[in-house]
Amino acid sequence: MRSKRTLLSLGLASLLAAMATQAQTKPSDNTHEYTFENGLKLIVKEDHRAPVLVSQVWYKVGSTYEHDGISGISHALEHMMFKGTEKFPDGEFDRIVSDNGGRHNAFTSQDYTGYYQEFEKSRLEISFELESDRMRGLLLPEEEFKKEIRVVMEERQLRTEDNPQALTYEQFNATAFLNSSLRIPVIGWMNDLENMNIDDLRDWYEQWYAPNNATLVVAGDVNADEVYALAKKYFSSIKPSAIKQPKPRQEIEQNGTRKIIVKAPAELPYFISGYKTPSLLTAENESDAYALAVLSAVLDGGNSSRFAKKLIRGSAIAANVSTGYSLHSRGDTLFHFDGTPAQGTTIDQLIGAINIEIDLLKTELVSQKELDRIKAQVVASQVYQRDSISSQASTIGALESIGLDWRVIDKFVDKITAVSAEDIQRVAKKYFVEDTLTIAELDPQPLDTRKPKRPSTNLRH
Amino acid sequence: MTPTKKIISAFSASIFIFSTQLAQATPEIQHWKNEHGSKVFFVAAPELPMIDIRITFDAGSARDHDIHGLALMTNGLLSEGTSKLDADAIAESFENVGANFSNSADRDSATVNLRSLSDKKWLEPALATFIAVLSDPSFAETVIERERQRALIALRGQKQSPQSIISNAFYKNLYADHSYAAPTLGYEKSMSTMTRRDIQTFYQRHYVASNATIAIVGDLDRKGAEALANTLTAKLGKKEKIATIETVNYTAEKKRVHIEHPSTQTHIMVGMPSHARGDDDHFALFLGNHIFGGSGFGSHITKAIREDRGLAYSAYSYFAPMRAQGPFVVGLQTSTAQTDEALQVLNDTLTAFVNNGPNDHELAAAKRDIINGFPLRIASNSSLLNYVSLIGFYDLPLDYLNEFTDKVDNITKKQVRDAFARHIKLDQLITVTVGQSADEG
Repeated sequence: MRSKRTLLSLGLASLLAAMATQAQTKPSDNTHEYTFENGLKLIVKEDHRAPVLVSQVWYKVGSTYEHDGISGISHALEHMMFKGTEKFPDGEFDRIVSDNGGRHNAFTSQDYTGYYQEFEKSRLEISFELESDRMRGLLLPEEEFKKEIRVVMEERQLRTEDNPQALTYEQFNATAFLNSSLRIPVIGWMNDLENMNIDDLRDWYEQWYAPNNATLVVAGDVNADEVYALAKKYFSSIKPSAIKQPKPRQEIEQNGTRKIIVKAPAELPYFISGYKTPSLLTAENESDAYALAVLSAVLDGGNSSRFAKKLIRGSAIAANVSTGYSLHSRGDTLFHFDGTPAQGTTIDQLIGAINIEIDLLKTELVSQKELDRIKAQVVASQVYQRDSISSQASTIGALESIGLDWRVIDKFVDKITAVSAEDIQRVAKKYFVEDTLTIAELDPQPLDTRKPKRPSTNLRH
Repeated sequence: MTPTKKIISAFSASIFIFSTQLAQATPEIQHWKNEHGSKVFFVAAPELPMIDIRITFDAGSARDHDIHGLALMTNGLLSEGTSKLDADAIAESFENVGANFSNSADRDSATVNLRSLSDKKWLEPALATFIAVLSDPSFAETVIERERQRALIALRGQKQSPQSIISNAFYKNLYADHSYAAPTLGYEKSMSTMTRRDIQTFYQRHYVASNATIAIVGDLDRKGAEALANTLTAKLGKKEKIATIETVNYTAEKKRVHIEHPSTQTHIMVGMPSHARGDDDHFALFLGNHIFGGSGFGSHITKAIREDRGLAYSAYSYFAPMRAQGPFVVGLQTSTAQTDEALQVLNDTLTAFVNNGPNDHELAAAKRDIINGFPLRIASNSSLLNYVSLIGFYDLPLDYLNEFTDKVDNITKKQVRDAFARHIKLDQLITVTVGQSADEG
């Protein structure tokens, strides 16, 4: 027998009100923004909870800035950023950071490349000295590149070639986007990696690594004005450069469902599908983007969402199923679905069940109870996020890097709360249309047959 | 009933310890036993209006006996239905108040976790469901059947993952007859034949107050934490604590095992059982491993494999101390044609380190890294919860965190070399490879 809900709807309304009070601290509290004459933006989030800090440098470059033939170059350059400058030769970066007990790494995405160090609170200067130096002073030695590009190819094999679902995703994405740079995988196509050379990287570095294409974010137990003074010392004399933005390469209109099959050695069937949607930045009406985010949570925002209740538990048609929607991208994006059917059911049955859920969103309004649940989750997650200074800094850095004012973080709860059942119905009808749908299906091939090995590359000296 | 509270303060006079490098405020871990005999570990963290709770049970897959996968299945089923709430109602009651519930099981332990806002309005509904999930799971046949099918899918999924294949094979070869040999996910056969009765019996035996370690980090005071800890276990069974896990009697000779898989890379793991939690050599091994392969760039294995030769994206080593002797592992993945070269470099690098140990310069550098970076280890409630749970579950000294930097600082070069010599026997290492064999193809 089903029990009564712990909370009644009426109670929820007052709960939400109380939540709003509890979350009175705005995400932007104690956050300070500075811009230097050379175009570098500095954002400092003071958080004195623990005697630590994180320092991040974000460059506005990633795979969506790339073009055919040099795919993966932003990521390859990220690897090379650790290979030395005149002031700090190869290996020195790691040595200095670890001497100071720091953690450091880097990441590349479609829209940005980022570098970070985490330190005990007194060691910010080390980060600034190292990062300001490699913003312009990278040596890019060819011998190091020859080794490092092999590391990148190994990374691609690990993440993509030998992972049937990742392989399917990569080809799905390149099918959904035909002419825009969104089709380019962040790690790059293998053949492009094999033919990449150090001059390509030099050009890329010259083109994008400059103070006027970067955002510096510091969060933690620091004083904002002191951080500013220190940043001024290390970064303000770096010359800006003329950043030439890539051509828009607006994706052509899709006029019909695209469907592909990907064969790979695998055990489990898998599919991924997606509809073309705008992001918060590209939506004509920003409420469309927030409505899509809430819609995603209706279907897959936790264990009480519709997919978990109806497809995994209720009909048990799915072993796994999920949705994805990227609110924060600098270009358009896909609202995607992916999953693996349960034992004894097929991909067609699973896609059929998902389609029923999509139709339901178009024909019936979602309940207030579902909306209340999502709002409660969003409000709570804003508090939980404050447990990590890195996570707070990353939110700021990512928003700035895609071209959104970081202060939108303050509006997030209100915008999500403002999404109505009608908004969700409207965006479901508007965007979930067959003509912009792409579907990729993994067709598992036997795991016990050999496939050709990659010939060993001829890149070693 | 009078609650027996055994309070051991983690601190004597001061909440500061002074290392050679800097003064660090380590959080005070308060410890007592609750009314039902569960160990409680508490850190007050009033800065954020939230609470984290983790209850760790000595109920990992090492307790499966011949019904492999039983511990994980039992743990997973807790949130799939109680006598009063079905899985939908359970999920709703957490998520309606923004609470995060999660559960997990590995070889040693099984956990249930709750993260909630600390305001009573949010906390209490989440807590009521958390306690119900913990104390009153119904293990309905239909639900078991559904989760059995999902587990079988997960097992099939492992067959297409070289990482899963090698990890399972590595443990199987290292642990032979020991209860660590089998995978936590179980086997198709055991998962197919497991019964409701098996699950109920496992639950009743292991999910008892005396077998629970409670860790609480968050926005409440000692009194609140005491009341909370008593509530958590009030409805649990009261059987006695179960027997400890048998020690590992490792006598294997050096060998290499290969598993055929159509991947473009060959995955490699080399290692043997090393030491248990609480071992006297722990800090020497931890420090040595930091130098050998635990600290990424600049460590011996990453330098030799990745930085000098470009043979792999990821090359690493770690010790995973457990209740009994957990493994020492060195691993990497490389394009299949380079397998022999990579293995040679790995073995040469390991042999050199075991024979020679670190030099003075490396030892000092690793100490600076660990000591200067210590505040990062305990900077968030999540990381504190991890440490406090670990200290509690493995009966580590309550001053583990206070002593951490001093323990590291006092380790000598000789201690590292001797500890490696005691635990890593070069003639007893097992090598597992997963990929396409070299002679054909």
